[in-house]
Amino acid sequence: MRLVAALVAVCAISLLQSLPVAAAVFSVTVLVAALDRTERRLWSRLLQVEMFALLLFVTLPFTTPGPTLATLGPLHVSSTGLWRAALLALKVSACVLVLLVLLNGLEPERLGATLRALHVPEKLTRLFVMTARYVALIREEARRLSEAMRARGFTPRSNRHTWRSYGNLLGMILVRALERAERVREAMLCRGSAGRYPHVPLPLPRSMDWALFALLLGAAALAVTIDRL
Amino acid sequence: MAHIADGLLSLPVLLCGAGVAAAGVGLGLRRLDDRLIPRAGILAAAVFVGSLVSIPIGPSSVHVLMSGALGLMLGIATFPAVLVILSLQALLFGFGGLTTLGVNTVNIALPGVVFAVLLGPAIRRTGQASTRATLAGLVGALSVAGTGCLVALSLALSSSDYTPVASVIVATYVPLTIGEAFVTATIVSFLARVHPDALRPVTS
Repeated sequence: MRLVAALVAVCAISLLQSLPVAAAVFSVTVLVAALDRTERRLWSRLLQVEMFALLLFVTLPFTTPGPTLATLGPLHVSSTGLWRAALLALKVSACVLVLLVLLNGLEPERLGATLRALHVPEKLTRLFVMTARYVALIREEARRLSEAMRARGFTPRSNRHTWRSYGNLLGMILVRALERAERVREAMLCRGSAGRYPHVPLPLPRSMDWALFALLLGAAALAVTIDRL
Repeated sequence: MAHIADGLLSLPVLLCGAGVAAAGVGLGLRRLDDRLIPRAGILAAAVFVGSLVSIPIGPSSVHVLMSGALGLMLGIATFPAVLVILSLQALLFGFGGLTTLGVNTVNIALPGVVFAVLLGPAIRRTGQASTRATLAGLVGALSVAGTGCLVALSLALSSSDYTPVASVIVATYVPLTIGEAFVTATIVSFLARVHPDALRPVTS
């Protein structure tokens, strides 16, 4: 449900073409994000995305032809370029916020059930659940391995020794993953795995969810309509 | 910057990417035996974890993509694995985006699969460790360079405004390519010594 809503919202934002609407959408998403109890992690994520937007700001105004706004030596700052850059930055930021607010704290297990409900192929769902389930375990293993490297006095530098050591570290992670996969497969066979997981019933969306979904759909449609007028 | 965020690309590019990704994922899943799903899934988890390790190169640090190594180990099943990895990254960290999932999957998986298929047989056949390491490094470097070019291409095709940005991105891929070459070479030599079966792709 949340997944579909996020997809609709992001598609709508991608279609926007005018600056005022994009600014309005961006401010609304910022407001919602601020209302939602969010962690600091979210804002640092947004900051990372803004780095790309900054890159656009640096290049676009100088390369897009249009009426000159200011002159910096031989370079002309064109207003069209500046508008384009602003529009893109707002769109990208709004998309990231929508995703973070709607999908934050969605457990991978629940997502597996959601994917199945949306008729994603069975094999892909199983692959997804399998990966999601083992990421935490393997991450722990990687942390242990790199801690052992540090204990042996390894300090990462920019040289071939470092790269070779990291290559060995990653190779070791892969080997252990393969061995784990073998054990998991045998364990699954022992428990009579028939090639599919038992279905977990998904909680039905409540009326509150439907209302919010409708609200979001309406807002997305409204934004696109105003934008096209 | 292998992950293109939502809201940047134009509709035709997004649709095209999604189409190619769907074809690749479909083919990969068809070839992927039921019994091998744990292996593909856990390898995908390992690569996901591997991409969290940051490696210093010159003044900056990068994280490896491992798409070349994944291509050598999984063959065409790299497509679904990359799709799963990218969806998890989008969900857990907010990297990339939902609408760009298809384009990003193609950008990362396609070069890995292509170069692994081209150079993989030679890597498996050779008995000399140095030849194997060189070839593996080549696979790693070419896959990352291919990813950089595809990212730049999808930006440039979306709108001519992005062309200068795209060339900046290609420049940032140069150190990444060097690092990936060394790391992939080491990974493959390590696997060949420790677990030679790992280099046989799981798809028939």
